[in-house]
Order: sequence, then structure tokens, then C-alpha cells
Amino acid sequence: MNNPGLQDIWVYLSATPLLGLTITLVAYGLAYRFYLKTNSNPLANPVVTSVAILIALLMMSGISYHDYFAGGQFVHFLLGPATVALAVPLYQQFSRLRQLWLPVLISLICGVAIAAGSSIWLARLLGGSLEIQMSLAPKSATAPVAMGISEKIGGLPSLTAALVVITGITGAVLGTKLFEWIGVKDDTAKGIAMGVAAHGIGTARAFQVSSRMGAFSGLAMALSAFATALIVPWMVDWIQEFSG
Amino acid sequence: MNFLSGVTLLLVYQLAGEIIVRLLGVSIPGPVLGMVMLFVTMMIRGRASEPVEQASTALLSHLPLLFVPAGVGMMTHFGRIADEWLPITFALLFSTMITLVATALIMQQTSRWFAKPAPARGQADE
Repeated sequence: MNNPGLQDIWVYLSATPLLGLTITLVAYGLAYRFYLKTNSNPLANPVVTSVAILIALLMMSGISYHDYFAGGQFVHFLLGPATVALAVPLYQQFSRLRQLWLPVLISLICGVAIAAGSSIWLARLLGGSLEIQMSLAPKSATAPVAMGISEKIGGLPSLTAALVVITGITGAVLGTKLFEWIGVKDDTAKGIAMGVAAHGIGTARAFQVSSRMGAFSGLAMALSAFATALIVPWMVDWIQEFSG
Repeated sequence: MNFLSGVTLLLVYQLAGEIIVRLLGVSIPGPVLGMVMLFVTMMIRGRASEPVEQASTALLSHLPLLFVPAGVGMMTHFGRIADEWLPITFALLFSTMITLVATALIMQQTSRWFAKPAPARGQADE
């Protein structure tokens, strides 16, 4: 008598957006608490932990990503207004930016070209298919931009979305350690590098270090969205012509 | 009420960005253009309005959360990633590290060259 009741509840739960939304918030809450427990160790990045928890949960329960995203989309949607909101820290840091516009511009153009060029080159060197090379090329840009570029140059947009997230996580986890090793101490330079290489996920990490690093990372992420859209398709044409 | 009007304003800028991008047919994402327009607005007004400031602080303080649903999406690509795991992992890992290191060093070096005000010229460079 009781079992059919549970069955009905499960049928209801796996079809409602409520489940996807709730498990996203619960997983993030747990991941964030774990992150604080480890004294904000970058290896315990809350995005990594919560994505791992959720993938494991979905695979065990047999819920498809499509059904999960019915709820997850409400969180995903906020990326748009959050991008617009980056204007505020940017404005607050503007006096510093004004003194630095030329170095920022140079670093940005070099960084975007290095990000795309090195990923195409490395993937080709290791025998990756052209589709994979093109899906990797825009990986350092923020997800919506990267997906648009990937489609334009012959990659797989949905694979690019996944690669963008992994790139962001890689940058967020390794960034601060790398800067320490190469002796870059200035939060401005660290922020610019983080935003160019690891877009929003890197920016989220940068805000945990300092608001100045976060603001410059947000600036670099926004400007590199423009720069990637302008530079990468042109660069890909050039590389393909050059290598026959 | 402050928070609500802040969020509303952010959405209005995003919407305007999306519409303009489509009208002009450019490949820049709408939210990025919205951010630029909000930035220009604050420049012209000479300050950030309090509701916008509140809403953006709230949204940005939970920025990592917003990437979680997209991150879970990598489960749909496990097959493809398994097929070409070597080029994908190595290219992604090393390219990201190269980009981080190179950009940070270029930024550090160029800001030393360009941003130093004139009086520091005579001093020995640290």
C-alpha cells in the first residue's frame, strides 16, 4: 500500500523543475561549507565539488541532464544579469584602469591570442581532430561568447560549453599558485590574467582574493569577450591557410 | 524595494543589450553589451546608484553558483571527452597555464613601462 505512494512521489519529483533547482542550491551550499572548512583551499573550489556531487547524483538516480536543467536553468539564467552587474566593480576601479589602459590593452590582445593559439597548437600536436581543435580555441572566453565562436569556426558549441567550464575551473584552481611561483604579486596583473584565461569562474575566484583582483578580472573577462569574438575567427582562418 | 529595482535595472540593460546586438547583427553577447552600457551610464552620471550597487553585490557574491548548471552539462559529453581525452586534457591544461603565466607577466612588465609617472624615471627601477 505504501510503495505505490513513494513511486508517485518519485515520478512527480523527477519531472518537476523544483528538484533540479533545489539539488543545485543544496549541493552548492554543501560545497561552499566544505570550501570554508578547508580554509578556502583553491583545490576545494565550490564549483568543482558541487558539479561532482550533482553529476554523481544524476547518474545514480538516472535523471537526464535535460530534466535536471529544467530546474538548473533558473540559476543559469542569472549569468546574464550578473554579467551586466560586473559594470559596478569596474566603475569603482575606474581611476586605476584609466592609468593602466595601454598595458591592459596589450596584455588583453596577447592573452587572447595566446589562449586560442596555444590550445589549437597543442591539440593538433597531440592528434586531436579539427572539431576538437575548434571546440577548444575559444575556451577562455565566457560561455555564451565561446559557444557562438565555436559554431562559427566549426567546433561543437555544447562541447565548447563544457570545455569553457573546465578551463575556468582549471584557472581558478591553479591561478593563485602559478602567480606565486612566477613572482607576480600585483593584484591588478593577477586579475587581468585570471579574467583573460579563466573568464567568470576565474573572476569568482579572484573576488575571493581581493575586490581589486576581482574587478580587474571582471574587466578582462568582459573585454576578452569582445577581443575573442574579433580575433579568434580571423586567427583560425590564418592558421588554416598557413598550414595548408 | 531597493534590491528589486536594482535587479530590474540590470535586466533592463541586459534586454537592451540583447535587442541592440540582434538589430546590428554583431557576434558580441547581449549581456556584455549591457554591461558596457551600464558602465557608460555610471560614467555619465558620475556615480553608481545604490539599488544597482546592492543588486550587483548580491549577485556577484554568489557568482560561482551560477556556473554549476552549465558545469553539470559536461556529463553529456563524457563519450566525446573519453574518445579524445589526451589532446583535450593536455591542450586545455597547458594552454590555460601558459595563458595565465604569459598574461600576468606581460601585464606586470607593460604596466612598469607605461604606467610609471615621470618622476620615477630617474630612480633605479625596482
